[in-house]
Amino acid sequence: MGADFIATVQPMARLIEELHRLPGIGPKSAQRLAYFLLQSSADQVRGLAEAITAVKEKVIFCSVCQNITQVDPCAICRDEQRDHSKICVVEKPLDVLPLERTRGYNGLYHVLHGAISPMDGLGPDDLRIKELLARLEGGCVEEVILATNPNLEGEATAMYLQKLVAPLGVKITRLARGLPFGSDLEYADEVTLTRALEGRQEVT
Amino acid sequence: MSNPRLYSTEAVVLRKIDLGEADSLVTLYTPHLGKIRAVARGVRRSRSKLGGHVEWLVHAQMLLARSKGLDIISQSQAINSFVPLRDNLWRSSSALYVAELVDRLTPEGEEDYPLFKLLADTLQWLCRAHHTDLVLRRFEMHLFGRLGYEPELYHCVACHSAIEPGEHYFTPDGGGVLCSGCGGQALMVDRLSLDALKVLRFLQRSGYAEVDRLRLSADLSANIKLIMRRYVRYLLERELKSADWLDRLEREGLAR
Repeated sequence: MGADFIATVQPMARLIEELHRLPGIGPKSAQRLAYFLLQSSADQVRGLAEAITAVKEKVIFCSVCQNITQVDPCAICRDEQRDHSKICVVEKPLDVLPLERTRGYNGLYHVLHGAISPMDGLGPDDLRIKELLARLEGGCVEEVILATNPNLEGEATAMYLQKLVAPLGVKITRLARGLPFGSDLEYADEVTLTRALEGRQEVT
Repeated sequence: MSNPRLYSTEAVVLRKIDLGEADSLVTLYTPHLGKIRAVARGVRRSRSKLGGHVEWLVHAQMLLARSKGLDIISQSQAINSFVPLRDNLWRSSSALYVAELVDRLTPEGEEDYPLFKLLADTLQWLCRAHHTDLVLRRFEMHLFGRLGYEPELYHCVACHSAIEPGEHYFTPDGGGVLCSGCGGQALMVDRLSLDALKVLRFLQRSGYAEVDRLRLSADLSANIKLIMRRYVRYLLERELKSADWLDRLEREGLAR
């Protein structure tokens, strides 16, 4: 089926174009997905369309932690059982999930929605940093845990936040950076090993 | 004879951007192949064997596989990760500026071994120099020298007479200094103090070890920075993003 033919079937051409805009979807994948949808039942397709619209209409950002939520404040921020004196700062909403899965953290979160990336022109003003500082002003927060990614952008963000938060007198910690579970020492890099050595702990 | 499929090279990672689920597209500066781009597959997974060996500003020994599109990094072993850079916001941001400048000013695939050496040396000095600003200035000066943009600092670029102590100016589009006669009439020039001219000449002919012993007043530093920055902007016809970031850190008092 040539592209010229598709262009004559206008709704199909439009769907392919829209799918092509999604990350990781090339022109061929877009055609395959569009054809799959054409062959699916009307219910299935309606379900997908509704889910897509609902995500835009019903999902909002929590006014406290900036995470995505359906109700404001979000379930985590409203939970009285959680420790409201700790805030764990992450880059993306998706980063909250693995931290929650550990069941080892009972504090609150703050989602920055990105990281400082000087080469891409992404600076502190593009992140939800002001909102974080506003949360610290109340004096109820005792610890800020920096959980940005251990790459250049994440480290830059963590170091920048550390400089902003330090004058407020709040304890600042950074997630330990060391060897990942299930990895091999042979392939560890110098930075990781240096930090793993620095953060070594007595075995008792 | 056809090229073997695999080749080995040293490289400094200038830039790394996300590609697909867990891959990265990296820009490398190599000793004998100049600037090349390659794909690091799966590098963003936490258990990737490439992991920290293909990270921004890491100097590594790499094994690359030729492919129809971009070459693929198959192995990498860091030679120097410049660890002290990574714990200091100002130093790492300065290093990013170095990487961005090299990336913007060099064409792909053109060998320039001295430039590679300059890049690796500069990153090394940014780890420990007393004055990272002067490291950046010397780097700019020598980078321009390598690329054929070395500023003329001894003769007036307009009338070619030797520069005498007195009033002088710097012209980015003329690529050097102007004497008091020519500079007075020219547009878009910056006044250059005698001390600033001396420092620029010193940067042009000295190594990092000597440059790091230099102590400059804040005014003089600012004068030299302004002149070099205008020259960079003139050559690139744009502002470097990392330069904006450095300016911001400085304004917020985070420049150390």
